[in-house]
Amino acid sequence: MEIFSNLALGFDTALTLSNLFYCLIGVFLGTAVGVLPGLGPIATIAMLLPATFSLPPISSLIMLAGIYYGAQYGGSTTAILVNLPGESSSVVTALDGYKMARNGEAGKALAIAAIGSFFAGTVATFLLALFAPPLAEIALKFGPAEYFSLMVMGLVASVVLAHGSLLRAIGMVILGLLMGLVGTDVNSGVPRYTFDLPELADGINFVVVAMGMFGLGEILVNLENEETRSMLSKKIGRLMPTMDDLKRTAAPILRGTALGSILGILPGGGAMLSSFAAYSIEKKISKNSAQFGKGAIEGVAAPESANNAGAQTSFIPMLTLGIPSNPVMALMIGAMIIQGIQPGPAVMTEQPMLFWGIIASMWIGNLFLVILNLPMIGLWVRMIMVPYHYLFPGILVFCAIGVFSLNNTEFSVYMMALFGVFGYICTKIGAEPAPMMLGFIIGPMMEEYLRRSLLLSRSDPMVFLQRPISATMLILSVIAMAVVLLPSLRKKREEAFVE
Amino acid sequence: MPSFIRDPKDFWSGVIFIFFGLAAVIIGRDYAMGSAGRMGPAYFPTILGSLLAVLGVISVIRSTIRTGEAIEKFAIKEAFYVLLAVVLFGVLVRGAGLFIATVVLVMLSGFASSKFKWKPFLAVAVGLGIFSSVVFVKGLGLPMPIIGPWLGF
Repeated sequence: MEIFSNLALGFDTALTLSNLFYCLIGVFLGTAVGVLPGLGPIATIAMLLPATFSLPPISSLIMLAGIYYGAQYGGSTTAILVNLPGESSSVVTALDGYKMARNGEAGKALAIAAIGSFFAGTVATFLLALFAPPLAEIALKFGPAEYFSLMVMGLVASVVLAHGSLLRAIGMVILGLLMGLVGTDVNSGVPRYTFDLPELADGINFVVVAMGMFGLGEILVNLENEETRSMLSKKIGRLMPTMDDLKRTAAPILRGTALGSILGILPGGGAMLSSFAAYSIEKKISKNSAQFGKGAIEGVAAPESANNAGAQTSFIPMLTLGIPSNPVMALMIGAMIIQGIQPGPAVMTEQPMLFWGIIASMWIGNLFLVILNLPMIGLWVRMIMVPYHYLFPGILVFCAIGVFSLNNTEFSVYMMALFGVFGYICTKIGAEPAPMMLGFIIGPMMEEYLRRSLLLSRSDPMVFLQRPISATMLILSVIAMAVVLLPSLRKKREEAFVE
Repeated sequence: MPSFIRDPKDFWSGVIFIFFGLAAVIIGRDYAMGSAGRMGPAYFPTILGSLLAVLGVISVIRSTIRTGEAIEKFAIKEAFYVLLAVVLFGVLVRGAGLFIATVVLVMLSGFASSKFKWKPFLAVAVGLGIFSSVVFVKGLGLPMPIIGPWLGF
């Protein structure tokens, strides 16, 4: 079986001492990010990116990936212990997890969340190893037309699955695409939208955008109503779940994993959507549904498995097609480009060590996370109590130093401030920054593929419909759009997100 | 807010989209358009800008028909302190050095918090200043002065 030799190569790469170290750092930071209030994985990854430029590509990507899936573990800890989800993907975990904690079963809830996450992580890693190669093989046959349509489909899906106003989400995607075009045009060498500023000749750095919109923007939103966290005075209780608990949660964990794995692959999906969907489905079909909202262990197991599975399978489109399915993946793609790796299907064949190393590191990282989260729970409990008003100045310092060090210019710091204001305004008027980030990363690639397709077809736009794969993807995009715009389904979509 | 706007969120996002869409199209007129087969630098941004402006117009029209929720109040004071702090960091970091810039950033942004107290924030500021000087300048070797030339060293 080829998959085993591939995985062996991956483990060989991931198990070197330095890569193990960076994996551990990544998941440790990820957990911390998940636990600390008001700091998300996007802002953290953006903050740490400048520090990873000097690392070898494998180590830096292993670490950045660890932050993302590590945050899913950490988020559940805060959700269970203080009823405040550290991550948006753990919002539903708080519903039942916190009730369990109030009933003195915090330990059990934490343990089930960790076990479910670990199981889901293992399955998702295996799925990634299984499905990535054939997908990459298909993608290798893609021409520019297919790529263009794939990007259209990806952006449409991310808009359809985003919450909030559809119109605003589409607008934000296009705005992101436009901002991605700022800088020197590759084909003609003409500087575009640079206002004669030499600092903009290379375009706007994606780290600046991410730190501004997600780092600074989030701080401004959080400062509006500063919460005081009050810790549960109850004991955490025994960590080991009983046989009965394991039996009760086996099916929810399986269902959560399956659902999360599928939703994670979809553009715009990932951890958050997975956990919401898993919770509402579990609530409908569980034998124990009356208990939901009152401390049902199934209500912790399903979404926690789902968010971890989703976090990991969202790497599939990123690693095989070079298409980001959420803002975190967009940052990973940006990180790859800076490291001199062109993301896309060729990564697997040209950089097998990198590709399989990242996949194997995820399983190792999940193992680290179980150890980090259960025996070391005391450390995280203390970290939960860090008051936000001491935390955010620190975040600002790291962001400021990080963007300054990108090109050693104050200009980046000012740009970050500008994007911070813009991100804050956007959040206020209900226009999500996430679709903009996707558009921003995809913008230049999309233009390039559009150019090449039309050059090859001698300006015939029908090329997108004449090639079967491309046509299918465009038709799917149109259907997805139409479905969401239908009034009856539109209501359902809104209800689904309200739940 | 004029009374014809029933959905302020739709209205203002529409205005933003129109602004950026038109800006992209108008500024793009300085660049060569080219043709579909040989796209100039203006081609793709002009398409995107026009699309964005159209979306903006739809959004503004919709805001006069459909009622939506109001925009919550902006935390102007908080945003002002945080942004001023960040901008000052940029102004100070070269001249006054990383340590001073960090202390100023922490203290000034601290004013944005309702829980600001002089003593503990000063402690955090000095602590972070020392930490970032040691880690980023000494440790990672970032090219910025710890104490800058403005202070006469």
